Amino acid sequence: MSQQVIASTANKARKLSAEEIAEIEHEMTLYPDKRAVGLEALKIVQKHQGWVSDESLLGISKYLDIPAADLEGVATFFNLVYRQQVGKNVILFCDSVSCWIMGCEGIKGHIKEQLAIDYGETTEDGDFTLIPVPCLGDCDRAPVMMVGPDLHRNLTPEKIDSIIKDYKSK
Amino acid sequence: MVTNPLTKNIDMSRPPLDIAAYEANDGYQSVHAIAKGLSPEDVLELVKGSGLKGRGGAGFPTGLKWSFVPRGDNSPKQKYLVVNADEMEPGTFKDRLLMEGDPHLMLEGMIIAAYTIQASKAYIFLRGEYTVSEQALRRAIKEAYEKGYLGKDILGTGFDLDIIMHTSAGRYICGEETALLNALEGKRANPRAKPPFPQVSGLWGKPTIVNNVETICNLPGILTYGVDWYHGLTKGNDHGTKLFGVSGKVKTPGCWELPLGLPIRELLEGYAGGMQDGLELRGFLPGGGSTDFMLPEHLDVTLDYDEIAKVGSRLATGTMIVLDDKTCPVGMVGNLMKFFAHESCGFCTPCRDGLPWVDQIFRDFENGEGSEKDLQILHDHVTYLGPGRTFCALAPGATAPLGSGLKYFKEDFEKHITQKRCSYKH
Ligand SMILES: Cc1cc2nc3c(=O)[nH]c(=O)nc-3n(C[C@H](O)[C@H](O)[C@H](O)COP(=O)(O)O)c2cc1C
Ligand code: SF4
Ligand code: FES
Repeated sequence: MSQQVIASTANKARKLSAEEIAEIEHEMTLYPDKRAVGLEALKIVQKHQGWVSDESLLGISKYLDIPAADLEGVATFFNLVYRQQVGKNVILFCDSVSCWIMGCEGIKGHIKEQLAIDYGETTEDGDFTLIPVPCLGDCDRAPVMMVGPDLHRNLTPEKIDSIIKDYKSK
Repeated sequence: MVTNPLTKNIDMSRPPLDIAAYEANDGYQSVHAIAKGLSPEDVLELVKGSGLKGRGGAGFPTGLKWSFVPRGDNSPKQKYLVVNADEMEPGTFKDRLLMEGDPHLMLEGMIIAAYTIQASKAYIFLRGEYTVSEQALRRAIKEAYEKGYLGKDILGTGFDLDIIMHTSAGRYICGEETALLNALEGKRANPRAKPPFPQVSGLWGKPTIVNNVETICNLPGILTYGVDWYHGLTKGNDHGTKLFGVSGKVKTPGCWELPLGLPIRELLEGYAGGMQDGLELRGFLPGGGSTDFMLPEHLDVTLDYDEIAKVGSRLATGTMIVLDDKTCPVGMVGNLMKFFAHESCGFCTPCRDGLPWVDQIFRDFENGEGSEKDLQILHDHVTYLGPGRTFCALAPGATAPLGSGLKYFKEDFEKHITQKRCSYKH
């Protein structure tokens, strides 16, 4: 019985796409062993799929021959590996000390009101996910947040409104 | 005479210099000097003589650290250089400026460091969120390969070097150098026991040097303009210039390259413009979230590693966080405790269990539910989480603002207990 369960889990592995494999293979040339490429592979898959599903994780585990439990250990350690589906745009909201002094709590309140989501949640339309992040290294222009790869500085409620509008129309 | 070797090429209103423009402004001269006959031992002596101390927080002498790497025919053939570009210490925003503003400076510094320890592979461990730095560095690396500063037999020296970009995926603990090595090896980023130190047994068990971005960026100047010039830069006891930042409610927050040894007052009141109108200075963390508070009475202390240590704090990253009189000190320390509790890697018990306990007490204080007993528990944790009691320096770092906050802002903690609320909130 238990053997069957194990077998069916392995079967759930998703076959990685040719693009994903090409990028993982490239990373493998940069490190002396396969295990080191685990995090890179998780990030590559996330770039293509938006997040890392169980099926993707098992797919990487199979491809790199890293035990799924080890890979899951790495995936869950790092904040920026998403093991749940996220929205089209991930907001990384800095709530560290300089941003806190400069009033980031009020800005967060405004985002919460406008998007009707709190930390860890995704808007109903799937446009935005809100996640807290430690100091983004731009403290002289606090409060600060990222939307996807882009940094937004000196945030005000008005700026938040226009940022939300911009990304919605993208 | 160059007085700002770290930022002389930086102008954030335009893209960073490309390799031709960088070379035109003395760029890569040090690599040519190496090609003309500087041996690894020569470079090591220069860096030792410069007195450069690590800019990543601990302030360890760079030349001394390098000298621990085994040399000679009997040493392991593969050695590694790793640049710690994981900048995530709350209130720290200096390495970003160097990487976005002048990526070639860091690459030139990496070539010098790698040559000295004879490492043929160097990894840049870059914080994943630093997308602009990543692009700038990738472009610069490509240019440096094309010009023969990277790759095989660099400028005919017989020395090979590949630079590899590793972008991380969050977690402050990755900045701790042994946790960083585990992360690079594809493992969970828990710190390693020391000894063995990475200089002897680091990445994949090979001799490895981990240096901070800013430390590395000091190297080209030392080789190009000389040790005497470097010694002439400082206004104090420690050598060179350093990036200093100020954030919080000052008039002109920012980051500047200044000689070491200036009075703190000159940074806070001069460069940062002093406090915003209507606000008074209550205190400041001199070098990021893991440093002890200093007070207005310390404004004439100079920006030197030893001088700041004398008043019980650390220069560390040199990026100051300013507390004003309308911001609650208890809230500020509480914010830092939330950060440290969240970023604990969970490996050792005092930190894994202690920091969330501390964090919870601060939440209680915030809600007017703090008691004298809680205050005592906070005091106890300054000891329990202190140096030597945990597996790495993360938890001791947390005790710096905690212990000094409890000491300097005692009346604010008391007020939260007696008034059962935060009196800074209206
Ligand atoms: C929790 C923790 C986080 C750290 N984060 C960083 C970091 O982001 N960047 C850095 O250069 N050093 C960081 N350090 C210090 C490194 O462990 C190490 O001392 C430094 O990279 C050495 O470089 P240096 O000698 O050039 O200063 C951290 C240390 C600890 C304990
Ligand atoms: S002190 Fe904290 S971060 Fe360091 S090893 Fe222990 S649990 Fe991990
Ligand atoms: S505290 Fe928010 S960017 Fe540094």
